[in-house]
Amino acid sequence: MIRVELPAHLRTLAGVKGEVTLDVAGQVTLKSVLDALEAKYPTLEGTIREHGTLKRRAFLRFFACEEDLSHESPDALLPEAVANGKEPLLIVGAVAGG
Amino acid sequence: MSQVRLLVGTRKGAFVLTSDGKREKWDVSGPHFAGWEIYHVKGSPVDPNRVYASQSSGWFGQVIQRSNDGGKTWEAAGNKFAYDGVPGTHQWYDGTPHPWEFKRVWHLEPSLTNADEVYAGVEDAALFRSGDGGQNWEELSGLRGHGSGPHWAPGAGGMCLHTVILDPSDPKRIFIAISSAGAFRTDDGGKTWKPINKGLKSEHIPDPDAEVGHCVHHIAMHPSRPETLFMQKHWDVMRSDNAGDSWQEVSGNLPTDFGFAIDVHAHEPETVFVVPIKSDSEHYPLDGQLRVYRSKSGGNEWEALTKGLPQKDCYVNVLRDAMSVDSLDACGVYFGTTGGQVYGSSDAGDSWTPIVRDLPAVLSVEVQTLA
Repeated sequence: MIRVELPAHLRTLAGVKGEVTLDVAGQVTLKSVLDALEAKYPTLEGTIREHGTLKRRAFLRFFACEEDLSHESPDALLPEAVANGKEPLLIVGAVAGG
Repeated sequence: MSQVRLLVGTRKGAFVLTSDGKREKWDVSGPHFAGWEIYHVKGSPVDPNRVYASQSSGWFGQVIQRSNDGGKTWEAAGNKFAYDGVPGTHQWYDGTPHPWEFKRVWHLEPSLTNADEVYAGVEDAALFRSGDGGQNWEELSGLRGHGSGPHWAPGAGGMCLHTVILDPSDPKRIFIAISSAGAFRTDDGGKTWKPINKGLKSEHIPDPDAEVGHCVHHIAMHPSRPETLFMQKHWDVMRSDNAGDSWQEVSGNLPTDFGFAIDVHAHEPETVFVVPIKSDSEHYPLDGQLRVYRSKSGGNEWEALTKGLPQKDCYVNVLRDAMSVDSLDACGVYFGTTGGQVYGSSDAGDSWTPIVRDLPAVLSVEVQTLA
């Protein structure tokens, strides 16, 4: 079971409260987790990754286990603690505004 | 008894303001989609309970929302706006080619005949259509592909397709406007388009009479006279009586002919409203006096409407989609400001009252007149 913590606006959009949990078949990577997230909550398509290119939207970051994974390959394995559900994958909106 | 519903898009959410036909007391609901930019909210003329909203954010991109109960509850529709084929390039601010990139939906125009059909004007400029209530979107790519697309350039607000007008007398005719490419028309349902900018003069482009490159801010049409269009250009208020084939300036005695919003009285096709704005850089009313100007002669002769509007220390702007009219017997006129006020007039502009004063900056105001 993979745990994902969404920013508040995306929790509202997906209609969830608190963390979401996902079943991910096969290797646990950013891509496989985000694919599973969007499959379970289709309203999130295009809000974390751009349609088509699947590039991370510029003002979002992926954190886990106190590491910034935003610039990792989408196909890189996520930390074991995320894969076994001990730690959540955090999807974080960048602090911006001045 | 009649009801009026105002759909207000702001920098930080949407608001729905409702009143009975007297238009004296208003209920305010919202913010819907709090914290998101709501560029436009508009209801279907076929089914007034069907309302579409463009919700966007620098963080999370574009979302399209749809309501089936007049804006009480909402559901997310489709947000995939993919340009048809290889998008190609347009001109960037420095004159270099720049790839077409989708940024947001500026304007949603529901069909006049089908509540599930809706058009979206987007940045970077293109027109999309959905036939399934906003779930799936398809570009009407003949517009970008008509030939001049590589020469279009963004205005200060981006290269946005902000105006979509459907001709009630001809379902195959659509008018659109782009900042800063100009106005275009299709007569075959969006397959082919032609620029309709003859007569526009823009001194800030190398060829003031160019076929494209004009910064059209907004266009309005009275449904009983679809051949007659009124345009607020970056500078100049213009009029066409041949569906845009040619334009004449009707700025007349306006204190400044710069502005964004323009609309036509619901029952008097020659009565037009604009809000003159000081420019090029200030973008607030002249002399701190918020004045709507009304022409009852289709332009040229304008009168200032000031009763109930602030006549000192007012430095707000009124954006292109932030004015609308209702269709009650005494035509109601409404506009929102970047200061968060929404003003209403239940006597065709003779007098005004603030409906709300302290919303986030208002981006758009649309009216629904309900039986």
